[in-house]
Order: sequence, then C-alpha cells, then structure tokens
Amino acid sequence: MAAAVECVGVSKAFREAPEEREPSADRRRGALSWLVAPAIPKRVKVEAVHDVSFDVGRGEIFGILGRNGSGKSTLVRLIATLLTPDSGTIKVFGKDVVADQIKVRKMINRVSVEAAFFKRLSASENLEYAAGLYDLEPREARARARDILSRLDFPARKMNSSLENLSRGMQQKVAVARALLTSPMALLLDEPTTGLDPVSKREVQDFVLEVRATHDTTVILTTHDMQEAERLCDRIAVIDGGRFVALDTPHGLRARGIARGAGEGAGEGLGVTGEELPSLEQVFFALTGTQTDDWLREGGE
Amino acid sequence: MIGSARGASELRSSLALVKRNLSLVRRDGGWELVYMAYEVVNVLTIGFIGVSGNPEGANDRVLFLVAGALLWGFLSMLFHEVAESVAWERWEGTIEYSFMAPQSRVKYMAGVCMWGICYGLVRTMLCLAAVTLAFSISLEGANLWAALVTLAASSLAFIGMGLAAAVLPLISPEKGSPATHIFQALVLLVSGVYYDVSVLPAWMQPLSALSPATYTLRAARAALLDGASVAALSPELVKLLVLGIVLVPLGYAVFRAGERYAMRTGKLKRNG
Repeated sequence: MAAAVECVGVSKAFREAPEEREPSADRRRGALSWLVAPAIPKRVKVEAVHDVSFDVGRGEIFGILGRNGSGKSTLVRLIATLLTPDSGTIKVFGKDVVADQIKVRKMINRVSVEAAFFKRLSASENLEYAAGLYDLEPREARARARDILSRLDFPARKMNSSLENLSRGMQQKVAVARALLTSPMALLLDEPTTGLDPVSKREVQDFVLEVRATHDTTVILTTHDMQEAERLCDRIAVIDGGRFVALDTPHGLRARGIARGAGEGAGEGLGVTGEELPSLEQVFFALTGTQTDDWLREGGE
Repeated sequence: MIGSARGASELRSSLALVKRNLSLVRRDGGWELVYMAYEVVNVLTIGFIGVSGNPEGANDRVLFLVAGALLWGFLSMLFHEVAESVAWERWEGTIEYSFMAPQSRVKYMAGVCMWGICYGLVRTMLCLAAVTLAFSISLEGANLWAALVTLAASSLAFIGMGLAAAVLPLISPEKGSPATHIFQALVLLVSGVYYDVSVLPAWMQPLSALSPATYTLRAARAALLDGASVAALSPELVKLLVLGIVLVPLGYAVFRAGERYAMRTGKLKRNG
C-alpha cells in the first residue's frame, strides 16, 4: 500500500543576503559612500533541506525535531504546496505536490506556529471563511466547528469575539479547529502548541490523538517539545542543517544511548550510566548540539 | 436543480472572499466612515474648482471635474482592491492559509474582483449622492445608461491591470506595494482625469493612449455632458473591451507566473 506521505531525495535551497556585509564594498566607493545607497550584498545559497527521504504511513504521527532554522518548517511548507522542491519528489496519498497541487491541497491542512487569522474577525467569521475556501456546506461547517471547539474546551461565548481579543492559546485552538474543519487526510502541525499553557497544550495533544484514533488521520508534527514528541509520535526524525540525522521510534532513538554500550564512554557523554536509557532531550542534544558524539550518528538508521 | 447547486458550489469559494471582506468592513465601520468622508470632501473640493470663474458653463465644468473624480475614484478603488489583495493577506498573516486552499487561483481572483466592483460601486454611488446634493448638478440630457455601460466595459481592463500589479507585492514583499501606488499615480497623470489629455506634453500623449482610463473618461464624459448614446460611444467601448480582453488573461498569466516564482524562492509567506 502506498505511503500517506512519501518524500524522496527532497532538497530546497534559498538565496539569502549574508548576515555580515563586506566592509570593503563601502570603502571602494570612498567619500561618496554616504551619498549612494549601500552596496547590495551578494546573496549566498542556503540549503534549507538537503536530500531528505522518508515515508509516513497512513494514520501515523510522524514527528520532526530540530533546532530553529534546521529546516523543519521548510519541509512542512514543501509538503503543504507552499514551496516547490528544487529536486526530489513529494507525494501525498500518491499525488505529487507539484503536478497535482489542487488534489493534494484537498487532502491536507496545516496549523502553523503563528495563528494566521484575520484578527479583527471573530472565530466564527474566520471559520466561515475557511469553510468557504474549502467549499464546505455552511451549515454543516458551522456545526462541525462548534463540535471541534467544544472538544477543545473553547468557550461558546467567545465565538463572536474578535480574535485579537483572545489569548494565544484560544487563537491556537481556533487554528486547530480550522484545520480539522476540512477533515484532512493528512494534517501538518508546525509547532502547534508553542506558547500554550500546559492545560491548553494537553488539550490540543489529546485532540490530535483522538483525531488520529477516530479518523485515521496522518499527522506530521514539528515541535521543540520533547515530551510532546515522545507522547504523540510513532516515529521521530531529527533534522539538523537541513539533513535528517536520525529517524526512529522514540524508544529506538533513546535506545541508541546504550546501543554501543557504556563501556565505550558514549553513555557518559550523555550523562547516562549503565543500562539506563537517555532521555529524548539528551539524544537530541547529542545529535544536534555541540556535544555531538560520533557514536550516535554511527548507530543510525 | 443540480446545475444550480453546482453553480452555488462553484461560486462558494469566490463568495467566501466577498463575505470575508464585508465582515472586515463591518468591523471597521468607523474607519469606513472616515474614508468615505475624505472621499466626499475630495470630490467636493475638485467640484468647487469648476464653480469658480465664469458662471456660464459652470454646470458643465463641474460635471467634467466631478465625473473625472468619481470615475477615477471607482476605477482606482477597483485597481487598488485587486492589486493590494496579496499585500493585504500578507499583512494580515493569512497569505499561506488562503493560498494553500484547494481552490483555483481563478476563483480566488474572481472573489477579489467581485468584491472590488461591489465595494467600489457602493462607495461611488454614496459619493455621487453627496455631490449631487452639494452642487445641484443638472443631469438633464445626460445618458446615464451609456455612462454605466462605459464603466462596466472599463472594469475589465482595470481588473486586468490590477491582476498584473498584484504580482508586485507577491514577488517583492517590501517594495511591491509602493510600486503599485506609483503605477496608479502614473495612470492618473496620463489619463486626463481632471483635464483633457490634449494639454499633456507631446511625449506623454502616447502614454495616455495606452491607459484604459483615457477612453473611459472620454466616453463617460460624452455620455454625461453630451448625452452620447452607446452606439455613438462604440469606438471607445470597443477599445476598452479589447484592452480588457487582452489585459485580463495577460494579468492573470503574470500573476500565476509570479506565484510560481514566489513558491520557488520562498516568498509566499507572511513575513516576506
């Protein structure tokens, strides 16, 4: 059976202005440098995603862990048809994200880290707009939105309040409801619980699990929250510098901490002794941080 | 029955944009009043220029100026609504959500254009009512039907220009929006909104021939001041329709090419 999401050799690079300007550029223009616009710095190629391949099974919750700027969101935006890959292919339920863009869009939805709304409109007006964009029957969409929001403990009295007057947690619940309103077969969650209080975070996480259990929805989740990743994800990929540096189940990733045995000193590197499994956070730091140990990479996929 | 249900479904995603914008206007009622008041005052100020001077022919002078101000008000609003649709979505932070919806871009832009026409018409009609009261303009002998047909014919061309201009904020988040304003200002300069294009320097005259607003204003003024019929205006109307037929698909093609570029370079996002 075809994978729900299939990425093969996907790469994406951007041209960006370098962080530091070349001082000689202004010096060359001498006394007139104050008069003319600063020299446009030569853009450099930044590889956001490099040769990434993975499959996500139907109904699977697939986590992507990575530091800021590691390529997580670029990968999600590639799957979401907001970016075109430079090379490689991405298929969602067998449909190519470039060739079958509209078909893919019908099957997916996305919650991004920033609640992207018309903030002067109410939750109900924003959801109505979303329903219209996805060609949903208005009455049915309203009932479904109410149902999802009540599951997320969103107070009904706030439905008509302007979103700019709602807390970040409330806004994110509306974002989750908007994504689920369209009954997506694949849900892309890009740090959906960042900035939420522990209770709201738990409610969103529970709902993600419920949606998977009841609708067999495939979920791709990017997060910084190790507990969240461990709780929700069937498998986790760790991305660093645009490359997948590990891909395994949460337990599998942690087991790498003892895979090579404490005798070689690897466990000590993670602050772990004997047969105790390192935490996911320890493994993550080892894979992406300055204290990276080669043994973890070698014990890879 | 099935056909009408399908039609409603086809229209639903375009109408979603119209309804969204209507909700925003309702929420921003105070600001809408401010814009409306400014627009009325602007047209009145221009109209008073016509009142000054020789009383003979004052009615025609006022009508000439007011017609220019009102028509330009409508056309520039239509252009602005279409051209700024992307910049606005980016500013609100909704561009990614709207652009990853499974609707064709034709439907999205159709919704934007439908809103632009409705919003522009309502604002222009309200302004017209205020101006008519202020100047007691005599429309006796004016052919309002021919003026409306002219407006409808010119809308197509302005939508086409708006579609092409909408690509600017898409491919250049910082500079695109100011560039659309510069383009709009140039059209105002060469189209004879407040003067006949014959007063323009010789080197500007060819530019006025390229602007659809030139033909719109010439035809609408002929209808309002001289009572010209649709048949009499047909040379200008044909030019407007030809411009519209060329500019709408061209503008759409430019927009789609810009969207593909933005998707390739990562510019299709909220923060530029």
